[in-house]
Amino acid sequence: MSIKLTEEMLGQLPDARGHFGDYGGRFVSETLMDSLMTLEREYLRLKKDPEFQAAFDKDLAHYVGRPSPLYFAERLTRETGGAQIWLKREDLNHTGAHKVNNTIGQALLASFLGKKRIIAETGAGQHGVATATVCARLGLECHVFMGAEDVRRQSLNVYRMKLLGAQVHSVQSGTRTLKDAMNDAMRDWVANVDDTFYIIGTVAGPHPYPLLVRDFQSVIGRETREQSLKQAGKLPDALVACVGGGSNAIGMFYPFLTDESVQLYGVEAGGLGIETGQHAAPLAAGRPGVLHGNRTYLMEDENGQIAGTHSVSAGLDYPGVGPEHSWLKDIGRANYVSVTDEEALNAFRRLTRVEGIMPALETAHAVAYAIKLAAEMEPDQMVVINISGRGDKDIHTIAQLDGIEA
Amino acid sequence: MSRIEGVLNNLREQGRKALIPYITAGDPHPDQTVELMHTLVKAGADIIELGVPFSDPMADGPVIQLACERALKHGTSLRQVAGLVKTFREQDPDTPVVLMGYLNPMVAMGYEAFADIAADAGVDGILTVDLPPEEADEVAPLFAARKMDPIFLLAPTTTDERIRLISEHASGYVYYVSVKGVTGSAAIDVDEVARKVANVHSITRVPVGVGFGIRDAKTAAAVGKVSDGVIVGSVLVDTIARNQTDPAQLKQALTDLLQPMRKALDGLVS
Ligand SMILES: Cc1ncc(COP(=O)(O)O)c(C=O)c1O
Repeated sequence: MSIKLTEEMLGQLPDARGHFGDYGGRFVSETLMDSLMTLEREYLRLKKDPEFQAAFDKDLAHYVGRPSPLYFAERLTRETGGAQIWLKREDLNHTGAHKVNNTIGQALLASFLGKKRIIAETGAGQHGVATATVCARLGLECHVFMGAEDVRRQSLNVYRMKLLGAQVHSVQSGTRTLKDAMNDAMRDWVANVDDTFYIIGTVAGPHPYPLLVRDFQSVIGRETREQSLKQAGKLPDALVACVGGGSNAIGMFYPFLTDESVQLYGVEAGGLGIETGQHAAPLAAGRPGVLHGNRTYLMEDENGQIAGTHSVSAGLDYPGVGPEHSWLKDIGRANYVSVTDEEALNAFRRLTRVEGIMPALETAHAVAYAIKLAAEMEPDQMVVINISGRGDKDIHTIAQLDGIEA
Repeated sequence: MSRIEGVLNNLREQGRKALIPYITAGDPHPDQTVELMHTLVKAGADIIELGVPFSDPMADGPVIQLACERALKHGTSLRQVAGLVKTFREQDPDTPVVLMGYLNPMVAMGYEAFADIAADAGVDGILTVDLPPEEADEVAPLFAARKMDPIFLLAPTTTDERIRLISEHASGYVYYVSVKGVTGSAAIDVDEVARKVANVHSITRVPVGVGFGIRDAKTAAAVGKVSDGVIVGSVLVDTIARNQTDPAQLKQALTDLLQPMRKALDGLVS
């Protein structure tokens, strides 16, 4: 059963080696070790530097447009007939997703470290767009690695990145999705480690990335906590967020970890159904292993080869997950569940029709689960969904499923 | 003394340098691997680095990525690779074999089970690309208890402090990665390598093998001159790729590549 977490316990995680319990760490080739240790040292220093934090907060306010609203979805609540459903509107951020919170933070770090060349991996293209955006603003050279399969299904975002001046590298190796994009980004980094900063898009990767991405994204949960108290007069009873690598979920969950009354639900991509093996749900159906620099739950075969994943949503199509989620799963603090492609697509349509808010397909997974959850809860209870991004980028996919040439 | 230490000590006494070829197990087909290993020994190999194929070889360039894909297409697993070493050992009790790969297949098998299987097969060293000594505290003692050497990497970016730390954990040899980049990338800067290896030698007595960027007799001799051995990988794997369909021609091509390197290295005898 769940253990009671305290601020003191959380303050010690990750530990000095970047471990969250059995997970996390720094499993990379030697060439990258010095850079990662420098990044860790500098980040831990800047984390306490008021000047750095002020610069970050200022950008979040004036460039991203924070705080993002916490919106009571009245009609969806009425139609669902259970707990109140509230939406944390990360889709209203500049560039249309939560990803920009992190890219702003990491680009600031890159500037403080004097790095002029930026690389990033992307799945849905939201992190690529957010990275290209901050690079355009700061005049940094930007290279985005994206699996060839994702280049195809997220063509609108590819074009956005190009307009912003980024060079998009279509990755042809392996399964041609997010994990392969991350492999190629790591390969580029090894070759250009002196002048290049790698902006990782989620809470995965080697220490200190899971830590710093979580810190940058935690603004979501901090705002949600304050807004809930102010607008609803209490803390939410449940938080729901989709989990690809897990950055929007950890950003939402982290400031609530010590609030025992708040239930946490991370929603993974169930694809065609967990039982088919065609999914991207390592926490639901994987086991611990090592990939991309950290130890975490993974989808793999019996020989430890990484398994192919399937999800209708490119941003969730990843065989691993951030190590802190693996820890939260094992200690029982957060619940990890999954919904299928079909359920997510239905939820996309539902939120669009009922609230006039078109969520990203990633986000639609959280919406689908939250609706099921809220229906079983009491009307005086409160569920907050992290609306991690807007759905414009997915209209092409939806139109194709509808048999429309878009 | 481990088999690797024995071989390197002998070479040192003779003033000779180690020739350490790398091939990926199961490439182009698992049935060919043992014979290719014998071919490498006949052509002058002192130690063999045998790659364990992985689905996501993050530190490798396209040449070895494709080798992994070819091997995995035939389902080459870590367990099978150990089996190949065991078969190799039936005819060759002397040449040390180092398994080189990524950590996850070992995690999947379980560290203890892997250490047992590898030791039973006659494996002499384990080089895990994504396992720096900081994360090796669980598995390294299991290797040591079975007289297998943990082989660690050193890179151009490794500080003196880390060279000290790594060599404390290392035995057999340390593998100096001569270029910043993935396997099969940029040309090697021999003067720079000479400076770096001299620095490593000033810090530790563990022998230093140098890999990445060694493609022919000339680069082998230049690097052999300043180190204890040379590791040759991508150029061999590329040769395998180009001769996949003709096993006899493949053996000849590998021999033609390796023999001149052996000669060039032995020409350095002081
Ligand atoms: C809108 C949106 N939500 C969620 C994700 C999944 O990432 P994470 O789990 O890191 O939040 C993505 C990734 O591309 C995304 O674009």
